[in-house]
Amino acid sequence: MQLAVWTYEGPPHVGAMRVATAMEKLHYVLHAPQGDTYADLLFTMIERRGKRPPVTYTTFEARDLGKDTAQIFQDAAREAVTRFNPQAIIVGASCTAELIQDDPAGLAEAMGLPVPAIPLELPSYQRKENWGAAETFYQIVRQLADKSVVRAPREGRPARANILGPTALGFRHRDDLVEIRKILDALGVEVNLVAPLGATPEDIARIGAADFNIVLYPEIADEAARWLERTFAQPAVRTVPIGVGATRSFIADVAELAGADPTPALGDTSSRMPWWSRSVDSTYLTGKRVFIFGDATHAVAAARIAREELGFEVCGLGCYAREFARDVRAEAARCGVEPLITDDHLAVEDAIAAAAPELVLGTQMERHIAKRLGIPCAVISAPVHVQDFPARHSPQMGFEGANVIFDTWVHPLVMGLEEHLLTMFREDFEFSDEAGASHHAAHSPRKAAVPVVSEAPVTDIPAPVAETAVEGGTLWTAEAERELKKIPFFVRGKARRNTENFAAAEGRARIDLETLYDAKAHYAR
Amino acid sequence: MAEAKAPSARDGGRPVLRERGQREVFCGLTGIIWLHRKMQDAFFLVVGSRTCAHLLQSAAGVMIFAEPRFATAIMEERDLAGMVDAQDELDRVVNRLLERRPDIKTLFLVGSCPSEVIKLDLAKAAQRLGAVHMPRVRILNYSGSGIETTFTQGEDACLAALVPVMPALAAGAPKELLIVGSLPDIVEDQFLRLFADLGIGKVGCLPARNARDLPAVGANTRYLLAQPFLGETAMALEGRGAKRIDALFPFGVEGTSDWLRAAAREFGIDTALTERVIAPGRERARIALSKLRPQLEGKRISFLPDSQLEVPLARYLQDELGMELVEVGTPYLHRAHLARELESFGPHVRLSEGQHVERQLDRVRADRPDITVCGLGLANPLEMEGLTTKWAIELVFSPIHGFDQAADLAELFARPLRRRDMLEV
Repeated sequence: MQLAVWTYEGPPHVGAMRVATAMEKLHYVLHAPQGDTYADLLFTMIERRGKRPPVTYTTFEARDLGKDTAQIFQDAAREAVTRFNPQAIIVGASCTAELIQDDPAGLAEAMGLPVPAIPLELPSYQRKENWGAAETFYQIVRQLADKSVVRAPREGRPARANILGPTALGFRHRDDLVEIRKILDALGVEVNLVAPLGATPEDIARIGAADFNIVLYPEIADEAARWLERTFAQPAVRTVPIGVGATRSFIADVAELAGADPTPALGDTSSRMPWWSRSVDSTYLTGKRVFIFGDATHAVAAARIAREELGFEVCGLGCYAREFARDVRAEAARCGVEPLITDDHLAVEDAIAAAAPELVLGTQMERHIAKRLGIPCAVISAPVHVQDFPARHSPQMGFEGANVIFDTWVHPLVMGLEEHLLTMFREDFEFSDEAGASHHAAHSPRKAAVPVVSEAPVTDIPAPVAETAVEGGTLWTAEAERELKKIPFFVRGKARRNTENFAAAEGRARIDLETLYDAKAHYAR
Repeated sequence: MAEAKAPSARDGGRPVLRERGQREVFCGLTGIIWLHRKMQDAFFLVVGSRTCAHLLQSAAGVMIFAEPRFATAIMEERDLAGMVDAQDELDRVVNRLLERRPDIKTLFLVGSCPSEVIKLDLAKAAQRLGAVHMPRVRILNYSGSGIETTFTQGEDACLAALVPVMPALAAGAPKELLIVGSLPDIVEDQFLRLFADLGIGKVGCLPARNARDLPAVGANTRYLLAQPFLGETAMALEGRGAKRIDALFPFGVEGTSDWLRAAAREFGIDTALTERVIAPGRERARIALSKLRPQLEGKRISFLPDSQLEVPLARYLQDELGMELVEVGTPYLHRAHLARELESFGPHVRLSEGQHVERQLDRVRADRPDITVCGLGLANPLEMEGLTTKWAIELVFSPIHGFDQAADLAELFARPLRRRDMLEV
């Protein structure tokens, strides 16, 4: 048993729901007890969908157990097909139904339904949401793809691509797709199919007609793409176009497969991020220490942007899904940090506290951890809350995505000029520790960040890095402590830590002014 | 499951439409969201699957980070392999939890669908662990599983688990009043002040703000239900000799007055004193409601089943605000506890118990009520179809009982209608 308050991913059948909800004319018959309909709220509230997810829950109760749950399943399936008239259904079990072993696949097959019923095996006690989405998409593609499709020779027709991976409840999937279509338009590549988002089962039948696949979100589309590669000899573009550099690589890869000239797409004049990053106000971003956590795709992309496009220093990198940890390990090696592969939010919290970053990039969970530690934060990956399904166009991918990312990541930081002024007037009585960036409330008040003893959480929350009382406060002389107070609050935590590490390494028993400035010299960038 | 049942029962001469099929409701685990805020020394450990943890965090929204006193012990494949392991694992998780959280005085082991289906004996686990950790920590058990409980029935199951550990009220003790059902502190305090003014000396609350601080119960206990979803708890209290005071539920002017008067009568309080004590609150609520009545009068309302609050709320909206009831759906109809509430329902009110959500939505589309009370899984989709909705969960999470919340309660229904009329785009 794993003790958890927060889980980064839902169970695998929620992944299946994400695929079903993304598609049209597909219905999901889910063998599940009363209460599992809570997942509908994720789609209707967080993503603000104006339609119910196309899911029929069998809603068995205790009194049904051991007698007619199989009958209940068959009735629900028959009724769903009659009422919703889908082109295909997917059938499966939630975690509880898995235990009662009714075999939805066999039950659906025995019914002779007028539409294909695609069985899903989603082991709830080993796997999680993204895996469930990937497996569901793969099964749908495998069952519905028309294998007799033969592509016409390439001469005299535009290249055709499938865009694979966007789902319901995907972080910025709606707007990423707009940017990808723009790029394909500029390259003269036709979109054969987007799936799962917006595709019907009948559309999926034509999936073999494309010349190649674009795997936008490997967590969801990779497995299906591998099967398509084997079955239809469709190569796949696996470069994820998040960031300017990655977008350029993506354009080059697509152009190569399409036999097109990449120049029109590369010349996109809406790409402002490189200039914004080179302009002098961004100088202060140099070497800012950033901690990155999320799904593997977004975490790796963010690390590259941080290093190569914003000049940050990556001081922590991790992801919550083991299935894609390899890419994260490779990128962590490039950043010179230990990769953090965990789905335990307490471990992430400890790692952030230990790294003492100046900026955290993560999920909704890291947003809260950062708030508690008083560190600026931006969201780069699911799971996210309602505010990260915005009304405005906010892609992560392509050149517009890079513009969005620059604004989003820099916004929580103190502006360059303000940082400079704060340093100049550091002893000014109005610049107290309570004042974060002036343009918005980037920080929670530091005093409130100290947990109340009577409300100790499940884990021992590390004391806020930026403003902790000194461990064994006798280490610091009063004079050195006063001098430390004169250092602006947004670098004070680091100065304190560096000084204490330096003192320990040097074997100094006290930290006085001398030690403080020796340490400063030692760590000088 | 899908057979359409003809109206099959008559309650006070009233047909009830009973339906089975897909139910769009929460399971009892959701009760933890407000119960853990109410009982400040309690921790709720769900023994379940990742789905259970996911539900809790989805329902708790951002509250999950305010040092919650709940968590899930997520069962993994190896826990399903053998019962012995599962009990050992549970011991390990509980010991770790209690080490980390020395402030916990009461620990609820909460059963879920997966734990009930594999018959993991949490009652035994609670006993075994209790023997180790008492007196520092009391360990109790109840089930909040979807196969057994709907939404607020989770509170019912939790309170019913507390009844056996309530101290005994001495046989010769004078009559004592017990308010049953968790209320927001502000509402509970209002009621306690009113009972004090009436001269009812000793009033206990279940749940108490500290789960280790339970009121006594015995043959001289008279209890008032503050919530309509407490059938199991009521039975457990009756089992310990307590007797229920029959009353309307304390919503609106009349519901609150009736509830207070019933208690005063039971305790032999002089009628004139009772009326004097409740007059200021009645008058305040009457004035406040008169301002909202024009916005709601004549408006047609349907309730989809959610919390069992539907029947008393419908009675209040009809009798005190002049709304017209179209369909009143409830997940479970407790005939005895709701008998008085149902008396004022007009003959055309469609009363339904249980749910077949697709058919019920067909009825909503055919009825086209001015406002539909439903869960968040249905609210936006119905709005998209041009129907105005009020999301039901808010009625469980907001202070709505008593005189001074009567207008706030009406406002919850008036606001979506006002907003519908305001928006020009």
